[in-house]
Amino acid sequence: MNSAVMASTSTPFINNRKLLSSSSSAASLSGFLPDSIHVNKKEYRPSIRAVMAPPQPQRPPSTTGLVKQAMTMTEKILARASERSNLDTGENVWVNVDILMTHDVCGPGTIGIFKREFGENAKVWDREKIVIIPDHYIFTNDELANRNVDILRDFSVEQNIKYFYDINDRSNFRANPDYKGVCHIALAQEGHCRPGEVLLGTDSHTCNAGAFGQFATGIGNTDAGFVMGTGKVLLKVPPTLRFVMDGEMPDYLLAKDLILQIIGEITVAGATYKSMEFTGSTVESLSMEERMTLCNMVIEAGGKNGVVPADQTTFNYLEGKTSAKFEPVYSDEKAKFLHEYKFDTSKLEPVVAKPHSPDNRALARECKDVKIDRVYIGSCTGGKTEDFLAAAKIFLASGKKVKVPTFLVPATQKVWMDLYGLPVPGSGGKTCSQIFEEAGCDTPASPNCGACLGGPRDTYARMNEAKVCVSTTNRNFPGRMGNKEAQIYLASPFTAAASALTGYVTDPREFLR
Amino acid sequence: MASKAVQPPPCAFSFSSSPIHRLSPPSARPPLLCYSWPSSSLSRRCNHTLSLTLCAASSSSSSALEGGKASEKVFHGECFVLDDNIDTDQIIPAEYLTLVHSNPEEYAKLGSPALLGLPSRYPRFVAPGQPLSRYAIIIAGANFGCGSSSEHAFVALGASGVKAVVVESYARIFFKNLVATGEIYPLESAEGWLCKECKTKDLVTVEMEKERGLLTDHTTGKEYKLKQIGDAGPVIEAGGSLHTLARPQLDKVERARKPPSIREHACVAGFVHFNLLALAALRR
Repeated sequence: MNSAVMASTSTPFINNRKLLSSSSSAASLSGFLPDSIHVNKKEYRPSIRAVMAPPQPQRPPSTTGLVKQAMTMTEKILARASERSNLDTGENVWVNVDILMTHDVCGPGTIGIFKREFGENAKVWDREKIVIIPDHYIFTNDELANRNVDILRDFSVEQNIKYFYDINDRSNFRANPDYKGVCHIALAQEGHCRPGEVLLGTDSHTCNAGAFGQFATGIGNTDAGFVMGTGKVLLKVPPTLRFVMDGEMPDYLLAKDLILQIIGEITVAGATYKSMEFTGSTVESLSMEERMTLCNMVIEAGGKNGVVPADQTTFNYLEGKTSAKFEPVYSDEKAKFLHEYKFDTSKLEPVVAKPHSPDNRALARECKDVKIDRVYIGSCTGGKTEDFLAAAKIFLASGKKVKVPTFLVPATQKVWMDLYGLPVPGSGGKTCSQIFEEAGCDTPASPNCGACLGGPRDTYARMNEAKVCVSTTNRNFPGRMGNKEAQIYLASPFTAAASALTGYVTDPREFLR
Repeated sequence: MASKAVQPPPCAFSFSSSPIHRLSPPSARPPLLCYSWPSSSLSRRCNHTLSLTLCAASSSSSSALEGGKASEKVFHGECFVLDDNIDTDQIIPAEYLTLVHSNPEEYAKLGSPALLGLPSRYPRFVAPGQPLSRYAIIIAGANFGCGSSSEHAFVALGASGVKAVVVESYARIFFKNLVATGEIYPLESAEGWLCKECKTKDLVTVEMEKERGLLTDHTTGKEYKLKQIGDAGPVIEAGGSLHTLARPQLDKVERARKPPSIREHACVAGFVHFNLLALAALRR
């Protein structure tokens, strides 16, 4: 208490006297000389009793860190990144950015804004904190798309950007050792996602990285151009919604089902301006890739960012991927959450999001009369190694061939290599690619964002007609994958594979029992 | 340059005065000796509310606001009405995202495909082959602009000639980007669901005076109140550029964080010393 009083004033000497008078019983310390001491008043020169120190800015106790306020994970990360000990939700704060990511769609625009605002010859704030990943429109003959990758290359050379995952030879992605693929998965696989840090990207699914217990969100070109020059961004501290998922995860359920369940619950605007925190025993049992799927679709609920507390699973994943030091943070016990939702995962069933909204939730088994024309397995949401292993599990259990064209687009080069290299459990040593081939799926394509967002007309697996597709991607608004009248059912890899085998939207339990 | 104290606006985005140093506690004592601060930066640090400094409309900003648009507060024209949850892919189909809108030629090309992604039940927003739309004002439902964080969506609207958008609510990233670029005035309805009341091709007037925002539908004769544009207004007027406002603000914040410089210390110390000497001299 006393220290708080001390800290808040700028006149230490005067305060000292008052302080002593309150704590000490001696009457002589009331500020007056006792009568027993005679003073020659003529010779008495009033000595300077107090020297005014240069006034310090007022510091309320909380900023010294002595009084702590319970904060959520997101608030803590932002507090640390803005060099504050406390933050209130709704505050706008200047935050130091650890990583800025951009890709071929928004990169050129961001670079244009950076040069316009900071000068043609300006240098980026930190050449090692910018990660440039071409991934959206790569394997296309569209001239503008190809030119955009050239713009990224020119800029990376000019600024000596350390992490630029370039592609030169579009005819064979394997001939490009630097090329990675889908930016969000590449960020994770290359060790750029670390607990406690602030990661921004010029893409809405940047929230994917929240799986690592960091603050990760999408920003526009203008904000990104500013970050490029200064390394800082003005952010509004979001309140947090907490989703507690407990119970044993059934073997027919995947993280995609969980997040579709949640979005169906709170709607596509249910988390606008808010952070989504995922905790509970089920979340703790999820692998990193499954956690990424969970956080990836936070934006589909309007969320600002998603977080999963970092634990041994996170640290194991990061081993060998990054040597940078990081310091995870965790929500305080008494932290205030806007709402808390509890789920008993053991009671949940596979779900889909019907056209034309990610919150148009329905049970997969209730859609079994919906005839489909194709299946798409890919994207940052559903094109990771474990997503393909899940699909392979269904094909293996069935042993039959697919009834509709089934497109497979691995997210990154690493995922592609896993498809051809990793043995699928219970298959007697077969790889995913072999199982897919036996099931009659299309050959796994070059890793990129592919048809998730339609893209140029010649994009592989783009929906150019008004057909029905079951997809492991993230959005199903009209025209998302190309044709405006096409219908997209968002689903987990289990559900997508099961649907491919029957030609109708199918609950994966048909093949997993 | 005008200085304004900022009130937290009703809309979500703001450069609100959230100072690094909170309001002084009641126990703060006035200085023993009264003197004026020699340095204005010191007084600013002791001033507990950071004020938002408005820069004059930046002529170097390449926002779409030109030809008097920046100072217009009244917009008039036909409106185009949309439902809830219009996502960025409907506003501009993804195949047009290859255009880099910081390049003026490509910016102009974004106008004609605006709202091309809408389902067929909507009328065409921009006539085929035309660069601009006949509709000046868009009225939409909730969660307008959900989806991508790319700026192409509202840039396409601006490039097609849209002057103002009046919605029930915005998606977060879309709104933040809109204000950062100053492309169009983002307005929210204060009463009723305008997207249910108005119809496409209704002639409307949107007025954005300081105290009241009003949308008048001349076709139906009804008036609807709009929410105050708040902080976003001056930002858009100034060219909307994040850099016009963010940079000076950031500089202030950086200065506030740093401890006083030696020079500033010396000034104050010298001033104090002089006064103390004077006091001592008087007592002799």
